Amino acid sequence: MAVVLKEKISQFVEKRRPVFEDWKHTLYLWRRTKLATIGTVIVLIFVAIAIISPFIVPYNPLGQNMNQRLQPPSFQHFFGTDQFGRDIFSRVISGAMIEVEIILIVSVISGGIGLILGVLAGYFGKVVDEILMRATDMFLAFPGLILAMAFAAMLGPSLVNTIIAISLVGWTVFARLARAEAMRVKNQPYIEAVTALGASKKRIITFHVIPMCISPVLVQLTLRMGTVILTAASLGFLGLGVRPPLPEWGAMVSDGRSFLLDQWWISTFPGIAIAIVVLGFNLLGDGLRDIMDPRLRR
Amino acid sequence: MKLGSYIVKRSLLMLLVMFGVLAIVFAIVHVIPADPVGALLGGNAPPAVVDRIKTQLGLNKPLFDQFVDYLWGVVHGNLGTSLQSGRAVAQDIMEYFPVTLQLSVMAILISIFLGIFLGVFSAVYRNKWIDHFSRIFSILGVSMPVFWTGLILLLVFYYILGWLPGTGQLSLFVIPPDRITGMILFDSLITGNWAALWDGLRHIILPATVLGYSATASIARITRASMLDVLTQDYIRTAKAKGLSKSIVIYRHALKNALIPVVTVIGLTFGGLLEGAVLTETVFGLPGLGRYIVNALLVLDYPAIMGGTLFIALIYSLVNLGVDLIYATLDPRMRT
Amino acid sequence: MSKNLLEVKNLKVVFHTYRGTVHALDGISFDVKKNEKLGIIGETGCGKSVTSLAIMRLIDLPGEITNGEIIFDGKDIMKLSENLLNDIRGKDISMIFQEPLSSLNPVMKVGFQIGESISRVKKSSMKESRQDVLDALEVVGLDPKRVIDLYPHELSGGMAQRVMISMALSTNPKLMIADEPTSALDVTIQAQIIALLDDLVSKMRNTVILITHDLGVAAQFCDRILIMYAGNVVENAKTDELFENPLHPYTKGLLKAIPKIGNRGKLVGIPGNVPDLVNPPTGCRFHPRCPYAMEICKIEKPSLKMETSDHGVACHLYG
Repeated sequence: MAVVLKEKISQFVEKRRPVFEDWKHTLYLWRRTKLATIGTVIVLIFVAIAIISPFIVPYNPLGQNMNQRLQPPSFQHFFGTDQFGRDIFSRVISGAMIEVEIILIVSVISGGIGLILGVLAGYFGKVVDEILMRATDMFLAFPGLILAMAFAAMLGPSLVNTIIAISLVGWTVFARLARAEAMRVKNQPYIEAVTALGASKKRIITFHVIPMCISPVLVQLTLRMGTVILTAASLGFLGLGVRPPLPEWGAMVSDGRSFLLDQWWISTFPGIAIAIVVLGFNLLGDGLRDIMDPRLRR
Repeated sequence: MKLGSYIVKRSLLMLLVMFGVLAIVFAIVHVIPADPVGALLGGNAPPAVVDRIKTQLGLNKPLFDQFVDYLWGVVHGNLGTSLQSGRAVAQDIMEYFPVTLQLSVMAILISIFLGIFLGVFSAVYRNKWIDHFSRIFSILGVSMPVFWTGLILLLVFYYILGWLPGTGQLSLFVIPPDRITGMILFDSLITGNWAALWDGLRHIILPATVLGYSATASIARITRASMLDVLTQDYIRTAKAKGLSKSIVIYRHALKNALIPVVTVIGLTFGGLLEGAVLTETVFGLPGLGRYIVNALLVLDYPAIMGGTLFIALIYSLVNLGVDLIYATLDPRMRT
Repeated sequence: MSKNLLEVKNLKVVFHTYRGTVHALDGISFDVKKNEKLGIIGETGCGKSVTSLAIMRLIDLPGEITNGEIIFDGKDIMKLSENLLNDIRGKDISMIFQEPLSSLNPVMKVGFQIGESISRVKKSSMKESRQDVLDALEVVGLDPKRVIDLYPHELSGGMAQRVMISMALSTNPKLMIADEPTSALDVTIQAQIIALLDDLVSKMRNTVILITHDLGVAAQFCDRILIMYAGNVVENAKTDELFENPLHPYTKGLLKAIPKIGNRGKLVGIPGNVPDLVNPPTGCRFHPRCPYAMEICKIEKPSLKMETSDHGVACHLYG
């Protein structure tokens, strides 16, 4: 019994050997690029902190304590307290969870919409394609933040609406990418073969085209995660996004504006958090891009 | 295809896109919120009042009619009346846009000089400290949120060090120049108001640098890459073999070639500037279009929102069109 | 005063790469007499270009000159500062390269690039040098008024190489190094360029080092020939002597490999491959491919010994 299992496993591995070799090579390149590794580490720490945040916060991030307001950083309050006596450190840590939520859901929604629309446009071509292209042109005629601001303001400032707004702005990039990939895949011989075997269009798209398009979209999603955080934080800062008392980092920076001179810590620490996390994503993205670059894959 | 027909094609396309933009802007404001006027007046306004104002503003007509009215207005340059200021939105825009324009231009200028300088030195002194500094500087530039950088620099340079003035365009005691273009620096220059010019420059340098930071980073990066590429070329070897001094080789022989791709990147950074302008103006209290739109969004001044957003989309599209056209003139392959 | 314009003694050059240290030049020595036309022949990778760049002190990281003296006109170039070197480059020593079209700056007019050299030497302005530039163009057989304002991409390969020659010779250098000047050109153009060089050089009495992999070109042009292999000089003789009486097995192999008119037999090559210079063969670097290899060849590197008063060879066959 165990022998049979072992046989099956080694057959499985053998058949997919080229894929594994490729992954091994990718991992090797990954570790060689110092910056990409640093970026990955930062991102992993960020996600880890977000997940365990409810368990490690020293204080309730929403809990006000007027006796302790406007305290400078100390051993009791690592990042100090704000004008309501809330512990900034706890708020920054909890804020990580909010950012992770935003990134994940925005990625799923905008990536999903973009992928589907792009594939449809790329596969069916002609009229559908034209319509999609013009639609993306129209959305892309706005600087991203401005359009997101408009959506967010009209929907009303909140976490959910921030997510919706950013998703509505971000899908265009993925649509174009998926479209290009779909157009390329459409003309591959194996598509012809499958069609000849009687596969319906729906089947072809779902099982053959979409899987091929997922990979570049995924890469692009990671590259854009830093931008998503910056947009969300900007919305929060302007008062159009996640509103206090939720500890969104951008909103926290804005909170501290009137206290900037004497209580600099209220605005500074959330901003540092944003910078580090976005830096992590950018380094990761750069590294990813370098690895994908065929010239470097030797 | 020929350049002329390419220009025509792109322009027509842009008109179509602008129509779509108009539709989107209209939809955002009229379709999404349940009741723009109700929100404006506050939740407790008596329904009769709300209704009266709605009729006054033409909001009770069918949506399609409203759209047509608006479209007609836009084509004639009428962007509606701001619910806040009571003035024509178009007038508001004309007052605030020059400030944004001035800020953006200064930002681009600073980022070009700083970026190219850093890029060249990074390439020439590859892997020495200035290269490492420049690369860290660059990657931070695209990572740090603009509004935060602005606040921190304001804190340091104004509050702590006192080297630069604070928010706003001019200090209180300085007489502003006569309004000609609406751009303070330019107006001061032409009217010879040197006090205002100097004060204005001191006020704008921080926001312009902050705004241009990510552009500086991009430009430095591409200049470095391009310069490194150029320095490996054969003709640089020839120049060295001719016995030319290092600075001549770099500045006369290498730089011109290296700047070609940089020029195209400069065009691309403009979009990021518009977004950043919104945040920078808010932080530094500059009365520009960005801040105008933010305020309009916060109080749901929907004609202002529509007009402002439309205008920004127009400017953005025009700049992108311009950049594409420049590409096309430089490289015939770009005219697809 | 020595008759030698250039003396190279025990020159070693290495390149630090991620694969390891490439020992490009393994301690070569040779002399070039005044007005002599020396040819350096070898396969790609044997170190001939590196030699020329080393003489010009143009070896940059990751390359490094680790040992040697280069005495040019009585002065050791290895000891000179960058400023003094720049004085020599372009004026006393000039160089032309293999790919003329990429060796000219694409955004500068041809006349400007030639004028740059001239005005440096004459310490005149570009405007004042204009006539000199026109003369320089005429001397190489180009139409001066037309070519002076052209950009490099508007020239053909042959024209571009003429421009390079014009630029190099316009300052009347004592030594001109030509690094494979004809390898990138058509055969007919090759002949023209070599003839041009021959003509100019004999008129202006410059000393020339011609680097090439083409034995035919070397036979035509050079007074003396150096054969290089894997970073070493393996044979050094006057042209006629070398062709009539080749000593080193590698030289013999090279000469046998030249197709001869009338001979319809199979072409004979040298078996094996050019060695990896990160881990070069021990002893004589040619021994893996040498039909006459002996035990000692694997152990000890042969030094260049003069067989007769004027014919040097580095081979254990000859003591």
